[in-house]
Amino acid sequence: MAAAPISVTLDQVFIVLRDWLTHFLPAALQPFAAVVLEVVAIVCVFPGLFALTTVFERKGLGRMQNRLGPNRVGPFGFFQPIADGIKSLTKEDIVPLNADAVVHFLAPLVLVVAVFMGFAVLPMGRNMVLVDMDAGLLFFFAMGASTELSIFMAGWSSRNKYSILGAMRAIAQMISYEVPLLLSSVTVVMIAGSLSLTKIVEAQNQYTGIFPHWYVFTPWGLASFVMFAIAATAETNRTPFDLPEGESELVAGYFTEYSGFKFALFFLGEYLGMFSISGLGATLFWGGWSAPLSILSWVPSWIWFFSKDMAAIFVFIWLRGTLPRLRQDQLMNFAWKFVLPFTLLNLVVTALWRFMEGGWLRWVVCTAILAGAYVLMGRTGMHRKHFGPRSYRYAE
Amino acid sequence: MSVVFYGIAALTVAGGLAAVLLKNTVHCALAVAVAFAGLALLFLSLDAQFVGFAQILVYVGAVAILIVFAILLTRGAEPVTGGVFSKSWLVGLVIAAGVFAVLGWAVLQSAHALPLVTAAPAVTVQDIGVALVGRYVLPLEIVALLLTAATIGAVIVALHEKERTR
Repeated sequence: MAAAPISVTLDQVFIVLRDWLTHFLPAALQPFAAVVLEVVAIVCVFPGLFALTTVFERKGLGRMQNRLGPNRVGPFGFFQPIADGIKSLTKEDIVPLNADAVVHFLAPLVLVVAVFMGFAVLPMGRNMVLVDMDAGLLFFFAMGASTELSIFMAGWSSRNKYSILGAMRAIAQMISYEVPLLLSSVTVVMIAGSLSLTKIVEAQNQYTGIFPHWYVFTPWGLASFVMFAIAATAETNRTPFDLPEGESELVAGYFTEYSGFKFALFFLGEYLGMFSISGLGATLFWGGWSAPLSILSWVPSWIWFFSKDMAAIFVFIWLRGTLPRLRQDQLMNFAWKFVLPFTLLNLVVTALWRFMEGGWLRWVVCTAILAGAYVLMGRTGMHRKHFGPRSYRYAE
Repeated sequence: MSVVFYGIAALTVAGGLAAVLLKNTVHCALAVAVAFAGLALLFLSLDAQFVGFAQILVYVGAVAILIVFAILLTRGAEPVTGGVFSKSWLVGLVIAAGVFAVLGWAVLQSAHALPLVTAAPAVTVQDIGVALVGRYVLPLEIVALLLTAATIGAVIVALHEKERTR
């Protein structure tokens, strides 16, 4: 311990802390207590981040829209989430008379539990993963798929036309974008040769000179990451894919009929979904907890993971402040006619990359194929749309 | 055969029973999802990670969703007024018992036919992958072809419907 440099100690500070806390217990209980501590850490850290993110999002959106955002509770309004939490805890929990009480009650619980499960396999730092599963990526997607059912449960049990419309939209969207989400992640598995997320991070934690071997810096990796980011935004129902809860059309979509703490749970589930899918994106393409330059390796690994996660959250907020909402047919066309063919092509390109050993030739070939296909598909797609000067039917 | 096994088995059977006994069709579909999740837990308790997660991903994530979609789109969501048992329940019972007897007999016979395995085989996901694209590549391709045909068929059916209503 004493011999270890300070950077290693800082890097492993949570592991050391956990071991120090558990060593008071009898040896038989220690593994169990360690797992409990890790679970408690996940259950505390991410909702804490959620509280911070809500206020950052409102401030950030306010900045983008030339207003101040929340500025009344505490310094610069930073205690706003505490006030919001107290408010949602004390609000009356209204269940509609015709609602299916049991399913209505279970839906937010299923959502939050399934979302929390996804964090179990994310490596949040060196040696910092709750369960290092052989099939970690598969587990993550299995848990992500289970959230769809909870959204359906919420929408259907409310007995409200906005809710059911929101749930139908959500499910259609999530099913459509789950295919490109999985297919774009498969490319990483093809190159890393493992479904284990820790192994995927280790494969990227190498450096040429000072530059890392992150997958996003390869042609196929960049294409996969862009497709992954699009699909992830759709999976988390964020703008521009927020049709399931488009407040100008559907009140609040599938959670229209939820109030008080259940509403807060849906909110929490949505943000936790953002954190976990961003964490997965960082792990798959941006090297997880590895440092962006080899000379920065002394910075604790968990700082890198959470910085990448928060950077992705900032992009989510930025997109929300920038882009308008898609229409349902645009959403479906985009998924099935652009994203899906491109991810399929990218699978082939990745295989090519895998079997063209080394050299600069594979860079040229893979980049050429992807860029060519992108331009071609974009051109044909745009050509079919017949874009011209905008004409207004009513607001002339 | 531990407490865990009996717990999961009870959950799975309860989900299956609820799926046939409940009156509301959507409740039945959700109960089926519970049974699927229970099956996945059973696979996991047998250390079959890949099958367990695939079970959740495919059955809870896709099949259950497909079922509820089908129920909603065909307006079958209203609860039935009469009993949940059909008139020919006796015949159904006989057929179910027959199928169960054949399956049970086959399983019990296999216990004698196969050598007793003492150590649980350690099958990694990689082994499954290698087997799929190695020894079992032909069945895999056939399944892929079948699924592609089914997808094209579904698209054609949907297209036809659209033209007729126009």
